Amino acid sequence: MQALQIHPEKCTGCKQCELACSYVQIGAFQPARSVIRVHVFDEQASFAPYTCFQCDEAWCMQACPVNAIDVDDDSGAKIVLDDVCVGCKLCVIACPFGTMFFDKQADTAAKCDLCAGDPACAHACPTAAIEVKEIDAGAWLTGFGEKVDTAYRAAISSDANGED
Amino acid sequence: MSGGWTGTVLRVNLTTGSCTKEPLNEEWAADYVGGRGVAARYLYEECDPEVDPLSPDNVLIFATGPLTATNTSTSSRYMVVTKGPLTGCMTTSNSGGKWGPELKFAGYDLLILEGRSPDPVYLWIQDEVVELRSAAGLWGKGVFETEDTIKRETGVPDASVAAIGQAGENGVLYAAIVNEKFRAAGRSGVGAVMGSKNLKAIGVRGTGAVGIARPQEMMAAQWAMKQELSEAPLTAEGLPQYGTLSLMNVINEHGALPTNNYLESQFAGAENISGEELTETRLASNKACFGCTIACGRVSRISNEGVGRYAVTTNPRNWKHATEGPEYENAWSLGADCGIDDLDVILKSNTLCNDYGMDPISLGATIAAAMELYEKGTLTEEQTGMPLPFGSGDAVVALTEMTAMREGFGNEIAEGSKRMGEKFGDPDVFMGVKGQEFPAYDPRAIQGMGLGYATSNRGACHLRAYTVAAEVLAPEPLDPRSTDGKAELTRDFQNVSTAVDASGLCIFLTFGTTLDSIRPVLVAATGVEWTDEELMLAGERIWNLERVWNMRAGITAADDTLPKRMLKDAISAGPAAGEVNKLSVMMPEYYASRGWDEQGRPTPEKLAALGIV
Repeated sequence: MQALQIHPEKCTGCKQCELACSYVQIGAFQPARSVIRVHVFDEQASFAPYTCFQCDEAWCMQACPVNAIDVDDDSGAKIVLDDVCVGCKLCVIACPFGTMFFDKQADTAAKCDLCAGDPACAHACPTAAIEVKEIDAGAWLTGFGEKVDTAYRAAISSDANGED
Repeated sequence: MSGGWTGTVLRVNLTTGSCTKEPLNEEWAADYVGGRGVAARYLYEECDPEVDPLSPDNVLIFATGPLTATNTSTSSRYMVVTKGPLTGCMTTSNSGGKWGPELKFAGYDLLILEGRSPDPVYLWIQDEVVELRSAAGLWGKGVFETEDTIKRETGVPDASVAAIGQAGENGVLYAAIVNEKFRAAGRSGVGAVMGSKNLKAIGVRGTGAVGIARPQEMMAAQWAMKQELSEAPLTAEGLPQYGTLSLMNVINEHGALPTNNYLESQFAGAENISGEELTETRLASNKACFGCTIACGRVSRISNEGVGRYAVTTNPRNWKHATEGPEYENAWSLGADCGIDDLDVILKSNTLCNDYGMDPISLGATIAAAMELYEKGTLTEEQTGMPLPFGSGDAVVALTEMTAMREGFGNEIAEGSKRMGEKFGDPDVFMGVKGQEFPAYDPRAIQGMGLGYATSNRGACHLRAYTVAAEVLAPEPLDPRSTDGKAELTRDFQNVSTAVDASGLCIFLTFGTTLDSIRPVLVAATGVEWTDEELMLAGERIWNLERVWNMRAGITAADDTLPKRMLKDAISAGPAAGEVNKLSVMMPEYYASRGWDEQGRPTPEKLAALGIV
């Protein structure tokens, strides 16, 4: 499937991705409404862009009481149907990765829709820290993603074998 | 207003505590672009040039430009404009990070501060909410703790804080205003002005939008400019890899690296404090200001995992064993200019400068001047309280702290080298112009820089006319020892740099692109049809306005000069041996090329042509 792969070690914290994302959404620059964010880890001197990695289980989708989150047929991205969303924020609570946002101005949930297959953030990134790729959801975050994925698969297989 | 500008000015009277919003003067915005320009126009209108810089009557302005907070590369800048206590001139001190963009997202182009608060306060801006809060618990604290405390107190970790440290509170004449702990409006003492107003910090969080007049045109124009930056050697490789410190070896090889308070012009230890050395041994990461595709900022490790002699201990929470910097300028001032080739000393002292809120250029240069006096015997150990020879890292680190606190001999260093030299009977030890210390380029080896220093409206400064780019760094550089054409070169650099400053972008852009590429972005963002000539004219207008204000403040042609050492004492060794600065040749040419009279006064005709009344 298509997703954004993020290389935190390449990020310089410039927030061009946030500017590009908000521009695509509203035609102006407003990082507060971006659905990709850069977190600055001061003490580690590292910068981590984070956004939805279009995970298979999509807890946001499962939590939504009005079926306002759907899968886009073309890109495969999970998308919020603005006219259906009632702004209850259950999806924001449900997402374990903190990548479902709430747009106060629009009063709806907001998440990455992969810009219909051509993500603006990846174009805007000056260091190629954000790439569009055909990848498994677990490979979303390089290195870190691999570690989580390995642990996750090990946990599933041990569950399946009935081990502790 | 259509785009770029938010159209709103926030005015805070600290004496009365009133916070009001008013429309931005659109006519001034069109004539003076923004940032440095529009702020200068407001200061010109509202502040008596003869005012005591540290009195309540001085006006302190924080200004963004029309491109601040857009997706144009390097859109992070804001300019602090006020009457500087170090120079007595209109000072313009620039900073990056994300404070400027936050102010703009909160909905304000300019913040104008008047008066003096009866008690220590900090200003809190969260979108439309603007309030003065007690800073009783913050007074006496450093910049780092102040920022952390304000974020905790307001519960807004995404806020950006511009603060003064102890240096600003104690009226160190070159105290800085520091945002995000390591980005500073560093020069000319803007922090002392803020301290004199009893204003400890300005915390700001903005969640609004910055609009643009012609979005599609803007997208194409800013993208073209980014492409240029990604292809130019300095902005694509030099600055991201080695930071501004990449200049250390280059300038040293040209024999233009001032050493031991400008007594020499090449430093044997330059390689030990070079960008190459820093990258190889200490660099943790590079770091970008908001919107910057260059990312020249350094995050550096302290050696020996933080247990070394000069490890930063004042705030170990911060960056754990790492800090930010150094830049070329402070690695020079705290390093080569004091005869020091130890990156640990530089990193420690520079970090302290950020925490205390102090300009490391003027600090290092003043310590260097004191070292010269000590070596000559003019100053004794009894007076300084410590041995003060060139090369003493212990002295530099100790004096950094003592200066911010105005303790012991630090109280003399806090006055800057001009006043210190005069006090101890050796004014020639001052290496600077209009009270402000030189940066890191010997004007005897690079003639244009001498003219730039002498005529800069905020005292000696490398950023007002960086002719080094044309005289040293260009693929086919001009002869740096010749004065031919340097008057026009300096004038043009001044006008272009001023226009870039006014736009809200970073002057480092010009290492990889030109006004030809910046102009279309500015036009698309604002919808104002400036031509290249009109933008140059705007730069010239701002320059002349600053000049007129400075002359009313008491500056004359006699102040447009260099220290005797630069004019009479030839460089003794190295590639530029035998050179002095030939200012007397260049200055009349410069005045003429500016359309000024022989006394450096803008003529009435010139001012009329520029629309300055």
